[in-house]
Amino acid sequence: MNIIITKKDLERIDLCLNKMVSSARAHSALLIDRSGQLITHHGNTPGIDVLSLSALTAANFGATAEIARILGEEEFTLLFHKGKTENVYFSAIGEHVILVTLFDDNTSLGLIRLQINKIIDELSGILSSIFEKRKAPVN
Amino acid sequence: MILLWLPLWGGEHIMPFINFSKDEIQCKIVYYGPGFCGKTTNLQYVYGQTNEEIKGKMVSIDTKGDRTLFFDFLSLNLGKIRGFDIRVQLYTVPGQVHYDATRKLVLKGVDGVVFVGDSLKVQRKKNIESLINLAKNLAEKGISVRSIPLVMQYNKRDLDGTDSEILPIDIMEKDLNSMLKVPSFPASALKGNGVFETLREISKLVVKDVSRKIMVLDKQFR
Repeated sequence: MNIIITKKDLERIDLCLNKMVSSARAHSALLIDRSGQLITHHGNTPGIDVLSLSALTAANFGATAEIARILGEEEFTLLFHKGKTENVYFSAIGEHVILVTLFDDNTSLGLIRLQINKIIDELSGILSSIFEKRKAPVN
Repeated sequence: MILLWLPLWGGEHIMPFINFSKDEIQCKIVYYGPGFCGKTTNLQYVYGQTNEEIKGKMVSIDTKGDRTLFFDFLSLNLGKIRGFDIRVQLYTVPGQVHYDATRKLVLKGVDGVVFVGDSLKVQRKKNIESLINLAKNLAEKGISVRSIPLVMQYNKRDLDGTDSEILPIDIMEKDLNSMLKVPSFPASALKGNGVFETLREISKLVVKDVSRKIMVLDKQFR
């Protein structure tokens, strides 16, 4: 399946990500698709290889989905990795897209989760309209 | 999966194809083949020979014994074609039979495949099994191996004339390409022969396929 994203769609997504990054005090957010392609990213990501991060995130999600399946779950919809200073929070949005939020000690996991939950519906709405209306033919 | 950023598309005015400038197309190309056939070596050669400005970092998730555990990943910017920035993401899959679940994951959203065949005579059966496995895994995603952009590479040709017994090209063609009839290249990923020829051909086929899809979409949106 192919995705077509117009500038208008992208602006709406960026607005959402911007809102989330500033209200949660995260330093950046990335939106990627499940095959590992970066759709857009927002915030401060100097020195971060966002393309590799996208590919690895999709793989990470795929691997944990298999773990979920073994445990009799359909999927784990969120993943959290904690480092010494950097943390990353992954949330599935629908079946095609993953939101990656990067944050440090300037904020808390609780605030991040709260703000993500707030924007997830809005983002889902935008994304489902993209998938519904602009599905490209497979072949 | 292909992502397009079309600034002028989606509003009341549907612009003709030629006006979709300054946009980006991302394509996913997967190197497939049996274990130890040289998929990672292909990517390593491309990475080593490519200009810093057009490549990203190469990511490898492998085991200590040089075997790919999950995948290798390399992003390349191929420049502009018809006004679109073309970025290809190259992936490899783990070749061993028992990593089939991982191969299926990596194939998600694939736009083109390079099948790397191992020229060693002892690997003849494994090549065929891996190609059948590719066809099966693509079919599960609703993709036919006959319709997806596909290129064959017969790797390890540098072993010709050494003690290792290798398969003649025509045997490999018969085994792997008699039905598909896709472009094929003899190669030595280790020395670099045929590596860029393969990459160029698959990129060409993928971009052609993408262009065709854009044309179809353009007509649909009119």
